[in-house]
Amino acid sequence: MTEVTRAEHCVIACAEEWRDDGEVLASPMGVIPSIGARLARLTFAPDLLLTDGEALLVTSDGTVEGWLPYRQHLTLVTGGRRHVMMGASQLDRHGNQNISCVGPWERPTRQLLGVRGAPVNTLNNPTSYWVPRHSRRVFVERVDMVCGVGNDRAAGARYHCLRRVVSDLGVFDFGTPDRTMRLVAVHPGVTVEQVREATSFELAMADEVAVTRAPTPAELRLIREVLDPGNARAREVAG
Amino acid sequence: MPDKTMTADEAVSRLRDGMTVGIGGWGSRRKPMALIRAMLRSGVTGLTVVSYGGPDVGMLAAAGRIRRLVAPFATLDSIPLEPHFRAARERGELDLMEVDEAMLLWGLRAAANRLPFLPVRAGLGSDVMRVNPGLRTVTSPYDDGETFVAMPALRLDAALVHVNRADRRGNGQYLGPDPYFDDLFCEAADTAYVSCERIVDTAELAKGGPPQSLLVKRHRVTGVIEAPGGAHFTSCAPDYGRDEEFQRTYATTPWPEFAARYLGGDEQTYRAAVGRRP
Repeated sequence: MTEVTRAEHCVIACAEEWRDDGEVLASPMGVIPSIGARLARLTFAPDLLLTDGEALLVTSDGTVEGWLPYRQHLTLVTGGRRHVMMGASQLDRHGNQNISCVGPWERPTRQLLGVRGAPVNTLNNPTSYWVPRHSRRVFVERVDMVCGVGNDRAAGARYHCLRRVVSDLGVFDFGTPDRTMRLVAVHPGVTVEQVREATSFELAMADEVAVTRAPTPAELRLIREVLDPGNARAREVAG
Repeated sequence: MPDKTMTADEAVSRLRDGMTVGIGGWGSRRKPMALIRAMLRSGVTGLTVVSYGGPDVGMLAAAGRIRRLVAPFATLDSIPLEPHFRAARERGELDLMEVDEAMLLWGLRAAANRLPFLPVRAGLGSDVMRVNPGLRTVTSPYDDGETFVAMPALRLDAALVHVNRADRRGNGQYLGPDPYFDDLFCEAADTAYVSCERIVDTAELAKGGPPQSLLVKRHRVTGVIEAPGGAHFTSCAPDYGRDEEFQRTYATTPWPEFAARYLGGDEQTYRAAVGRRP
C-alpha cells in the first residue's frame, strides 16, 4: 500500500467530526468532507443520515431511504438534528465566517456566493468548517461580512455551536476560555510553525498538539476503492 | 371553464415597471427561463426581484432590469459564482437585500399567510442585520423570552414559475425530486404566471404523478404558458437535466455578444440557436 496522502489525512480528520453525532444529518460541503462523511457512515458512525446532494436521503449503497427537499431541509436545520461542515472564504479567531463577498459590502471587490444558509445554520445546528487551502487570506483578523456567526456574536443564541475547523494543515477547536480558535492537531508532515505562519491572527495552542491519526487499512481501502476511486480528493488537496 | 393559456409575451406584457416579481426554482434548477427571455424582449424594468438566484437574476441584472434584488445567493450550481450578478455587484449597480435562505422562505410564508412578519432565528449575530438596517427583532411573549428577527412579508406583485405539467386552468404539477418553493411564490403573489413543459387535460395530471405532485393550485394562477424547454438551460427533472455546455457558454461569453446571439429573437429563434428541436 502506498504512502497515505495529505488529502487522505484530511478525509480522516473530517470524518472524525461526525464520530459521536448519532442519528443526525451530516451535511458536508466540499469534496473531502463529503468523502469523510460517507466514510464515517460506513465505519464508526452508521446512524448518520446523508443526502444525494439534492432532495433524497440515501444509504451507503445509494438506496433511497427518504425525501428531503429544500423546504424540509430548512426545517431539519432549525430542528437542530444536523451537523454541517461548510466552506469558508474567510474565518476569524472567533469563528465568524464569510462566503458572501470580499471588500466593502456596498461595492465588493469580489462578490462571492452570498450569505446562503450560513446564518440559519450557525444559529440552529452544530457547525464545522473545512478550508482546503490554509492561508492568511482565509484565516483573517476580521471577516468582511459575517455570514456564519462566531462565538463573540452569539450571545443569547441558545442553539449556537461551533465544533471544529479542519484545514489542509490541521484541526482546530474553540476550546479556550474566551472560545477562540485553537490548534488541536496537525496533519503528519505539518509543523506548528507552518500553521502559525499561514494564519493572520494569533492562534491559541492546545496543551499538547496532536497529530492526525492515520487511516486504518480498511478505511484506506474504502477511500481509494469505494468512495473516491477517481481521486477527486487530490484535486482539492494536493500531496 | 376559464382558459388561462397565454403566450410568454402576453404574460410579460402584464408586468409593469417597478413591480416586485418573485421567480421560482432554485439556483440553476427549474427556473422559468422562457419567461425571463420574454422579459428581456420586453422593456419591463425597475423591478424588485425576489429569488433563490440563478441565471434568472444574472440575465436580468446584466440587462439592467433590476432596481432591487432580494436574495440569499446567486449561483449556477455547477459554476459556483453567477458571473453577471457578480459583475453587477462589483460595479456597485445592484441594490441588494441580502437575506439568509430561511429568511427568504419565511418572508414568502408570511406573505402567503397575510401576516406582516414571521419570527425567524436566522440572521441574528450576522451581518445580515448590518446590511439591512430596516430589519426589526421581536421578543417572544412567553417564558422563553427569546429574541428573533421579525422577517417582513415579501408580498409579490407577480410570481413566475416553471413546472413540468399544467392544465389550462392553472393546476401545476412538478415531477422532479424537489418542488423548491414554487407554490409559495404563487401564494405570496397577487398574480402568478406558470409556464410548463406541456399543457395536458386535467384528467392527465393525476395519471402523470401522485396527488402530492400537484404543486400549484389554479386559484392562485393568472396565466398558463406552454413552453417546452422553458427552463433551459437550467435543469427540469425528469424532462431534462441542466445543459452544462450551454451554461458554460452563458458564463464565459460577454453579455452583449451572448444577448445578440441568443436573445435577439423569439423563443423559437432561441431554441434554433441553441440547437434544440422545437
